[in-house]
Amino acid sequence: MNLLELILTDYTLQVVSLGSALLGIVSGVLGSFAVIRKESLLGDAISHAALPGITIAFLLTQTKNTEILLLGALISGLIATLLIFGISNYTRIKFDSALGLILSVFFGAGLVMLTYIQRIPNANQAGLDKFIFGQASTLLLRDVKLIALVGSVLLALVVLFWKEFKIVSFDREFAESLGFNTDRIVLLLSFMIVTSIIIGLQTVGVILMSAMITSPAVAARQWTDKLSVMVILSAVFGAISGIGGTLISSVIPRLPTGPMIVVFISAIVIISLGFAPNRGLVFRYIRNKKNQRNVNREKILINLYELAMKHDKIGHGHHVLTIDPDIGFDKIGRKNLEKQLENFKSKGLADKDYEDKWYITEKGIEYVKKYILEGEM
Amino acid sequence: MEGNLDYIINVEDMTVAYHMKPVLWDVDLNIPKSVLMAIVGPNGAGKSTLIKAMLDLIKPISGEVSFNGKSYKEYRRHIAYVPQSESVDWDFPTNVLDVVLMGRYGELGWIRRPKKRDKKLALEALEKVGMREYSHRQISQLSGGQQQRVFLARALVQNADIYFMDEPFKGVDAKTEKAIIELLKELKDRGKTLIVVHHDLQTVEEYFDWVVLLNRQIIAAGPVEEVFTEENINKTYRSSLKLARVGD
Amino acid sequence: MSAELEIQLIAIMVAIACSLPGVFLVLRRMAMMSDAITHTILLGIVIAFFITNDLSSPFLIVGAALMGVITVFLIELLNSTKLVSEDSAIGVVFPLLFSLAIIIISKYAGSVHLDTDSVLLGEIGYAPFNRLYIAGRDFGPKSLYSMGIVLLLNLIFIILFFKELKLVTFDPALAAILGFTPTLIHYGLMTMVSVTAVAAFESVGSILVIAFMIGPPISAYLLTDDLKKMIILSGLIGSINGILGYQLAAYLDVSIAGSMALMTGLVFLLIFIFAPKRGLLTVLRRRRIQKEDFAEKSLLFHLLNHEGEADELKESGIGTIAEHLNWKKDYLDKIINRLEENGIIYIEDDTIKLTEKGRIYTIESYEEIMYET
Repeated sequence: MNLLELILTDYTLQVVSLGSALLGIVSGVLGSFAVIRKESLLGDAISHAALPGITIAFLLTQTKNTEILLLGALISGLIATLLIFGISNYTRIKFDSALGLILSVFFGAGLVMLTYIQRIPNANQAGLDKFIFGQASTLLLRDVKLIALVGSVLLALVVLFWKEFKIVSFDREFAESLGFNTDRIVLLLSFMIVTSIIIGLQTVGVILMSAMITSPAVAARQWTDKLSVMVILSAVFGAISGIGGTLISSVIPRLPTGPMIVVFISAIVIISLGFAPNRGLVFRYIRNKKNQRNVNREKILINLYELAMKHDKIGHGHHVLTIDPDIGFDKIGRKNLEKQLENFKSKGLADKDYEDKWYITEKGIEYVKKYILEGEM
Repeated sequence: MEGNLDYIINVEDMTVAYHMKPVLWDVDLNIPKSVLMAIVGPNGAGKSTLIKAMLDLIKPISGEVSFNGKSYKEYRRHIAYVPQSESVDWDFPTNVLDVVLMGRYGELGWIRRPKKRDKKLALEALEKVGMREYSHRQISQLSGGQQQRVFLARALVQNADIYFMDEPFKGVDAKTEKAIIELLKELKDRGKTLIVVHHDLQTVEEYFDWVVLLNRQIIAAGPVEEVFTEENINKTYRSSLKLARVGD
Repeated sequence: MSAELEIQLIAIMVAIACSLPGVFLVLRRMAMMSDAITHTILLGIVIAFFITNDLSSPFLIVGAALMGVITVFLIELLNSTKLVSEDSAIGVVFPLLFSLAIIIISKYAGSVHLDTDSVLLGEIGYAPFNRLYIAGRDFGPKSLYSMGIVLLLNLIFIILFFKELKLVTFDPALAAILGFTPTLIHYGLMTMVSVTAVAAFESVGSILVIAFMIGPPISAYLLTDDLKKMIILSGLIGSINGILGYQLAAYLDVSIAGSMALMTGLVFLLIFIFAPKRGLLTVLRRRRIQKEDFAEKSLLFHLLNHEGEADELKESGIGTIAEHLNWKKDYLDKIINRLEENGIIYIEDDTIKLTEKGRIYTIESYEEIMYET
């Protein structure tokens, strides 16, 4: 097999795949917290805001050393985060507007500096703009080592502060009432989310990095209600898309890696939304259909009885939808319901009026009182 | 159609469901003209849902509502609605007069702008709620009680026959509460019908002359002195309902 | 007209055209829709190009605007399943559509002259080179006309439907009850955002469109409490940002669009800090005063509570009160000094006591807090 051979023999591909996979794990884990805290779009703003940091770091040091550039990105990402929260906390400007402003202004500032660097003689800036769209193929082993190192620290911190992160993510006020210093925990968490975004810039780029934060977590959320399971699943999805996107783009010519990873993870999101048990749309549809077709004889009789008790005279008819709102939604369910009602009619328990509205008969009321309500008491 | 002329609103067999779970079940309700009516019931009883469904903001899965024998769309001009004050963003850049003028928009229709006459009506309504001198105040500077007065003025300029109000006493100081209820009573005396979602059982007898006890179904409806009994209240606030027990 | 003047004129038009829908996006808390739409219209252009095979076809604009509206629809669809929160829905939908566009472009890079860089970054500096010629006569840059038309359309839309937009934004439920369909107005606004983004991004790029749609409106939001003034101020601030941004770019010889976005940020920063009623400095001062006022009152309530009781010396003693209120000593001293100067309290036998005036003031403010919200 061609692909397998490629993976086993191509050193560059191995490095790049490893890097993307590690990245997927880290952003999957930290993205879970961002998504739960409803701050998915913070990732988008921060990744854009990293650009001026990268260019300033280059201007100051004149090196293209990844560690130094990313340090610059980290600093400007953090400044952006503080500004976003500052603007939305101290004025009536809402969070989403603060995000959009910082995103565009910082990115604009980055562009200004990028073009400024181009004007400086002898400053070889080529390669700086790879951060905009990302260029996984330029990942070197030392870059991957950096991702691995920073990633391990982040994951270790998540394990260490698991309880604290969990509680501030679900209910900050409750956490405060338990005596946690929530400001500090939230700050640490935000700092870690920013860091996880920064280490991914080189691979997927500024614009698409937000997808690496949001999508794995959104997909994972569909399969479970437990945070721990969600975090692990999110990491797995992130890793799979990292490797998958890298491999596909290496096999098919002229296919950019970053966007391919995003398409991969989006496919996982779509599958999860559709087919995850319990929450998934398909599952939900089937379950609803089942509920809507499953006629409960006793329930219908009791509902008819309850409806009748509210009116002064027997014979006040009701629409089938009123008799059992769960069932009436579905065509087949409605037929089943009508069949059951006809069955009651043949036994003299219920009847319908000239408008095809149903009501319970005297005999039906007696029956409910005697066999159903008695039995429950 | 059992159109009874003594009743201004007829709700018939109305069932509302969110995500296939019934919130209101087979509500039949006849509301006579010129009453000051409270809708009471525990949290989650569907009080707001009931007025929203009557106002066509939520589509019921079955049943119908008629106003004076007409459909909601035909009667819309004569209906005013006061939402909960927290349902809007009070940081919105506008002033008190402008919010009150919004009550005139329905009569104006698309594109046409408010005229001098609308402004005059708005100022008169503000006078009524004791907010005339606040007409150019920014709405972000209003207290909870003042917000509610502004919403009330907005409903007044609609010049409606029927007023729907969702918890008008929520977050309101004692003075405002008194002023509001006086105004509602005055409206009632002028032949208007008022339907108020209310959560304070203590004041039902003092404020209202008609009451609906609701817990997903109508438990009782009628004149306060007849219907607002210990027994009915207990029935309303008892949590388990047959529908819930059997259905789930 | 010189190229410089033309560029600045185009920038002013873009700024005003963006600020019109921008004001409502910001007030409706949908600012990030501009981020999503400005990115996904690229896919619309790419798809329309594959259908028409003509880069100058007007269908490219139609396709792009349509994709903007589809983006909004998809985000709302995803949100309506209740499986995904609204911000996550945006974060899932737009990177996917944008990625698809990038993939298609890279795959067929040979045949499409679409440069991904210019989409994002735009280059308004080239706008004067793309000119409109009719019968051999030069009528100026094309984007001047396309932006002019969009600006005019936006103005007409906002002026005609000002009342409706205001109502739907402030109170959608009332709008529905009065018979103005909120969904219709919502999609009308979103179409306006899309069309504006499409027309503008060719010359200024998507990032500047976002900056112009959000920056000037929120700057104006801090300066005025009147919707009409907010709209006018937004246009004005946007224009100033455009002109200053151009001057900076020309001086430093850097990206014009980037420099305008940067200027948008700097102007906002100034307003954010110094705005008379809603600026940071005013807010901080007001919060400090409120805090001190609250501290004063809590102290007074404490004194009133323990007045004449057996433990008054312990609870309200000069040396012990700080402990009972759990405050820092010097903060407390500052407040005590001020209250003493105002004749509200006095000190007797090492105990802080209320004066007659102070007692009335305390009871009054207590009632105010309890009965007035």
